[in-house]
Amino acid sequence: MTRVVATTPGLYPLPDWAKDELADLKGRQKEDLIGGDEGEELAAAYDRAREEVVKRQQDAGLDRVVEGQLRWDDMLAHPLAVNDAVETRGIVRYYDNNNFYREPVVTGDLSATGDVAAELDAVDVASEQLQGVLPDPYSLANLATDEYYGDEAEFMEAIADFLAAEVRECPPMETLFLLAPSLVTEPPGEAGERVSEAIDTVAGAVDAEVVLYPYWGALTEKAHAHVLDADIDALGYDLVSEADDNLYNVQEYGTTDDVALGLVDGQNTLVESPDTVRERVEWFEEGTPNEDFGTVYATANTGLFYLPVNKFGAKLDALAEAAAAGPEVTA
Amino acid sequence: MTNREQFRPADHPNDHFLLTTVVGSYKKPKWLDRARELHEDDDADFTDENWAEATDDAARLITEEHERAGLDVVTDGEMRRNEMVEYFAHRIDGYVFNGRVKVWGHNYFDKPSVVSELERDREWLVSEYEFTSSVADSPVKVPITGPYTLASWSFNEAYDTERELALDLADLVNEEIDALVEAGARYIQIDEPALATTPDDHALVGEALEHIVADVPDDVRVGLHVCYGDYSRVYPEALDFPVDELDLELANDDFAQVDVFTDPPFTLDLALGVVDNHTAEVESVAEIKENIKQGLKIVPPERLTISPDCGLKLLPREVAYQKMENMVRAAREVEAELDAGQIDVEAPAASADD
Repeated sequence: MTRVVATTPGLYPLPDWAKDELADLKGRQKEDLIGGDEGEELAAAYDRAREEVVKRQQDAGLDRVVEGQLRWDDMLAHPLAVNDAVETRGIVRYYDNNNFYREPVVTGDLSATGDVAAELDAVDVASEQLQGVLPDPYSLANLATDEYYGDEAEFMEAIADFLAAEVRECPPMETLFLLAPSLVTEPPGEAGERVSEAIDTVAGAVDAEVVLYPYWGALTEKAHAHVLDADIDALGYDLVSEADDNLYNVQEYGTTDDVALGLVDGQNTLVESPDTVRERVEWFEEGTPNEDFGTVYATANTGLFYLPVNKFGAKLDALAEAAAAGPEVTA
Repeated sequence: MTNREQFRPADHPNDHFLLTTVVGSYKKPKWLDRARELHEDDDADFTDENWAEATDDAARLITEEHERAGLDVVTDGEMRRNEMVEYFAHRIDGYVFNGRVKVWGHNYFDKPSVVSELERDREWLVSEYEFTSSVADSPVKVPITGPYTLASWSFNEAYDTERELALDLADLVNEEIDALVEAGARYIQIDEPALATTPDDHALVGEALEHIVADVPDDVRVGLHVCYGDYSRVYPEALDFPVDELDLELANDDFAQVDVFTDPPFTLDLALGVVDNHTAEVESVAEIKENIKQGLKIVPPERLTISPDCGLKLLPREVAYQKMENMVRAAREVEAELDAGQIDVEAPAASADD
């Protein structure tokens, strides 16, 4: 019997009132973006927005609740953007999206800021429901520019140590999603083994179920093999963008005991029905008869900030309903 | 190219003619932004007639501002358009709006969703063109968002593939262009900024362009504007696009990509960005003249159009104006120097069949 756990990879859209209120408080220019030193009024606005998205997840009935990453103006680059050892420079393109973030340039020795920990502390749910969200070390290193460590391997190691230090400051949580789009968009090639070690560094710093979540396609066979060497509890598969290639990876090379499946499209307003979500889980399980999954994390394939608020909410509902429609799927 | 000469003003001072124009959008007067807010506010007593009067006034003002700067071909600065995808999506059946999504920081876009097969609801730009040409003494260019961008910057709920959506949109753009040509438009510019984000889709853009230009008469000049990106990923393939002119943003990175366009030789006309729309610093005439000469490394003067890198809508209005005025002066001075044989044209020769 497989347990289906409804969750999301975080990175939520701001409620519409917060879009306006925060823009008015902060401004709309590059230099106005989040710096980790918000004043009282701004912090209060974010608190209200956070409460709203936490409640929305609870109303939907998701099994895991994320903070929403509403302060992450720079999306997955956020943990560096608020670090004193980092300069944020020009606005650069975020992957192949029509989105932009400030280029974080590491100019000094990275140490933990407690920024992500403070966000999680502010979420009022039981630790059994709480889910943290961070970029994986490879993706964060890829989004950043190094002007301090001087060596690619050393830089990724430093990023991994930094993420591990941030994680150690976090409150107890049930699950940690490490979002890893760069593992798909820029396969690590020869660096695969180092990537696996860097993921271990972060995963080893937390007493939670660690989910490594690549998306926007499937991992190369080589990258897939390398990340399976890492000490993770579940690996993610984006069934929205590349269902067949992802299935192939599992058929050929096996996978972790638990898996996370990207089942609803985080970048399209078309809302999947709970039936569709369940059919996608069944399709994956039927295609991998040799696997016996303990837990399937049913999730959106990407962060959800790409969506307008109404559709974002509808996607949460679809995931939660699909997972709740149990009895659990039999493998 | 034969359709370019029709834009040479009767009183043009030089033998050489570097056609000067703009990409399209221009800073809106503050009072127009205020009028839009009032128009969108249900509690305000601001009627559709009031709004029509305000947009007519703004279009007249900016068209005349373009003429005052000395441009050979003008636009109305897109005073009636709020945004380059939203404006069109509101005029096409099959689009719905669900709310704003993030572009970056606290900048949002009301990204529409395609929920059914698309149909042209009403005219998009014909009345805009008719008004602008009625107040302009100079020829008017009509910028229109291209189908690839309209498709890419929408949520696709209805079509199996983005290609099918883009090609359906291309047919709608084609219908609009037919109507514009019927109304007298002789210079159309297709804007495809999305190509800069996903350059691997150049084949789809080319296919969509074939739909767009089908039946467009030869005397109608068709340009394609592609915003800043890694142009080596779309060149030389872009030379096969069925357009007269490619409009490129090269001043932004100080002409670092000029070499991309010299091998193989550039066989279309080139509309060259010679002032940077991202900086509020006004380039001097001397500086712009040097920028124009960068274009002469790519094409000879009879195939060179001079324009800003991109739309000027984010610059303070006085800065935007000064950039245009300096740009036109620089072009006229370069023309005179070309007439006098003082400038060597370095553009590689294109093959005989071009």
